Amino acid sequence: MRREPLIPLAESNAASTGSLGAAMAATLTRDLRQALRRRSELINPLAFFALVITLFPLGISPDKALLATLAPGLVWVAALLATLLSLDGLFRQDFDDGSLEQLLLTPQPLPLLVLAKVVGHWLLTGLPLALMAPLLGVMLGLPSAAFGVLMASLALGSMSLSLIGAIGAALTVGLRRGGVLLSLIILPLYIPVLIFGAGAVQSAVAGLPSLPHLAILGAMLALALLLAPLAIAAGLRLSVNG
Amino acid sequence: MSIQPATDAAYSAPPLLAVEALSCERDERWLFRELDFMLSGGEILQIEGPNGSGKTTLLKILSGQFNDHEGEVYWRGQPVSRARGDFLASLLYLGHQPGIKGALTALENLAWYQALGGVVDRVAGVDSVNAPWAALAAVGLAGFEDVPAQQLSAGQQRRIALARLHLTPRALWVLDEPFTAIDIEGVAALEQLLLAHAERGGSVVMTTHHRFSDPSRLRRIQLGGNVDGQRPALDEESA
Repeated sequence: MRREPLIPLAESNAASTGSLGAAMAATLTRDLRQALRRRSELINPLAFFALVITLFPLGISPDKALLATLAPGLVWVAALLATLLSLDGLFRQDFDDGSLEQLLLTPQPLPLLVLAKVVGHWLLTGLPLALMAPLLGVMLGLPSAAFGVLMASLALGSMSLSLIGAIGAALTVGLRRGGVLLSLIILPLYIPVLIFGAGAVQSAVAGLPSLPHLAILGAMLALALLLAPLAIAAGLRLSVNG
Repeated sequence: MSIQPATDAAYSAPPLLAVEALSCERDERWLFRELDFMLSGGEILQIEGPNGSGKTTLLKILSGQFNDHEGEVYWRGQPVSRARGDFLASLLYLGHQPGIKGALTALENLAWYQALGGVVDRVAGVDSVNAPWAALAAVGLAGFEDVPAQQLSAGQQRRIALARLHLTPRALWVLDEPFTAIDIEGVAALEQLLLAHAERGGSVVMTTHHRFSDPSRLRRIQLGGNVDGQRPALDEESA
């Protein structure tokens, strides 16, 4: 190997904290790119979502009126469980291949890098779930007037679900079998999102204004955006320290 | 090779890394006790010891990843916990796991590290766009830039991680078994790279069982075999 020209280290050091935006964008594109190359993992939560919803008319009753009253809750519960299913893998692979410790050792603020990862998770699960929901709504006889609210509530709510769920994923990443523990930690925190998410769709079905529900979902998202990255970062540090 | 004064004043001033009375206990057993050493710019510290003697744990403590220990690690005279930002901006850590994603190509893997470390405009006379190509060429991976890492051998994947040494200039390298899975030619090249880094005023802490062909600049710490409170032998080999 040829010798490199000797460059003074201090000079390069000054530049090496770099730009935060570039680091966040790189983290996001890396996660997206890698997920798009392993499509089977990507499709898992979506397939689960579709299968569960398909089974309900068969298991309960094909009666359209009955299904339409149940539909908001069913779609929301299925979407919530699909998100939960996908969370275990959020940091697992990074933990196993050593890139998580590299992430923790960057001079960039960890909460923001972690936020980029969570946004990636949402783009790959929450957003597709929201886009897919009207199709499944048709299957459950949901009135088409409620489709817009269904998508909006899922899009808003699933981002909160990703953020809150990532806290649990960060805390359990060091455990070999963290799946059940993850659900136990996370499910109680999911309940408010579920109530207001399903509530928004229900009021749309009933012809009532759904904006208040959506506003509360938005407020929850704002709070989660502010606090969850800090908790996720702290959780990851704890996990790696063990 | 004679030891020249470090090129930069900031690096020749107080020791980069100082360790004071460092003790670590795992499962009711002391991995090491009362460890004291200092590392200045231009030095390579080799940590030796039998398997399970706490080499990797020591590296994790030194790189600020593991806090369950007694004693203090100082970075340029300040406790690492207080100078964390400055410390991390000067640290390059390569762990047991290479931190390489199998689904991504060598270039894509390096692009992430380049962005995390801050894109340096020019590294060793190469601009930031060509730097990953040059780094991969330097570790013998020319022609493999666009191959997904999972199709490469274990040694080649380690080499992608080692390319980071060329890509991101940092004063302190903490390397856990850097010679693992590397062929003879690669070992010689890596040894040259470590010596060149020390010559530039940088420091290296590493665990390895490899014997350096050129032991100048090399210091050794022996871990393990230190029963109950005995201090581990500090064996200074270099001038």
